[in-house]
Amino acid sequence: MTKTGLVNSITEKQKYLDHSDIDIACNLILKYIGDSLIKKDRIEIRGFGSFAVHHHKAKVGRNPKTGESVDLDEKFVPFFRPGKKLKQMVNDK
Amino acid sequence: MTITKADISNMISNELGLSKKDTVKIVDLFFGEISTILQKGEDVKLSGFGNFVLTDKKPRPGRNPRTSELVMIDARRVVTFKASKKLKMRIKIYAGRKPQHIRNYNTK
Repeated sequence: MTKTGLVNSITEKQKYLDHSDIDIACNLILKYIGDSLIKKDRIEIRGFGSFAVHHHKAKVGRNPKTGESVDLDEKFVPFFRPGKKLKQMVNDK
Repeated sequence: MTITKADISNMISNELGLSKKDTVKIVDLFFGEISTILQKGEDVKLSGFGNFVLTDKKPRPGRNPRTSELVMIDARRVVTFKASKKLKMRIKIYAGRKPQHIRNYNTK
């Protein structure tokens, strides 16, 4: 499902706000999470999971095809860890 | 700093002038609906942000690291998050720097 589908199903589940308000709110949530990650803040949503930025130190890597060594700079990467409840929901048989 | 659901609700309330009661509900529904869709076995793709992807893991033998006892790890379904190129790029470029140019939201 894409963002539009998500916005539709949230709109249906409540009666106070219309589709365009929900759409704006969803985009705002995603933008806020992204902007917080840039500041290296962690976002924790109980039951759902947490978003954080991990730091990878500079290292010497290898081109797996040629075996040549390549210098890799340090970098920051986004990371999501699912919460207990979400893990259970997804794995429920 | 750790950001919680309360910060997100307050931020939307301040940005859009909606009551906190409404925005708490939106935030709950937002994460709740993503969870429900994943529970139904469908991936969730949020363009510009990333995809929540379901992966079926095969059973494999594992070890209890404390007792080194052999235990079977059952087949299971897990959620992984694949950040979009755009998000990865933004973090790669900005996360190492002082974030002066990033907007501050009011979450009071």
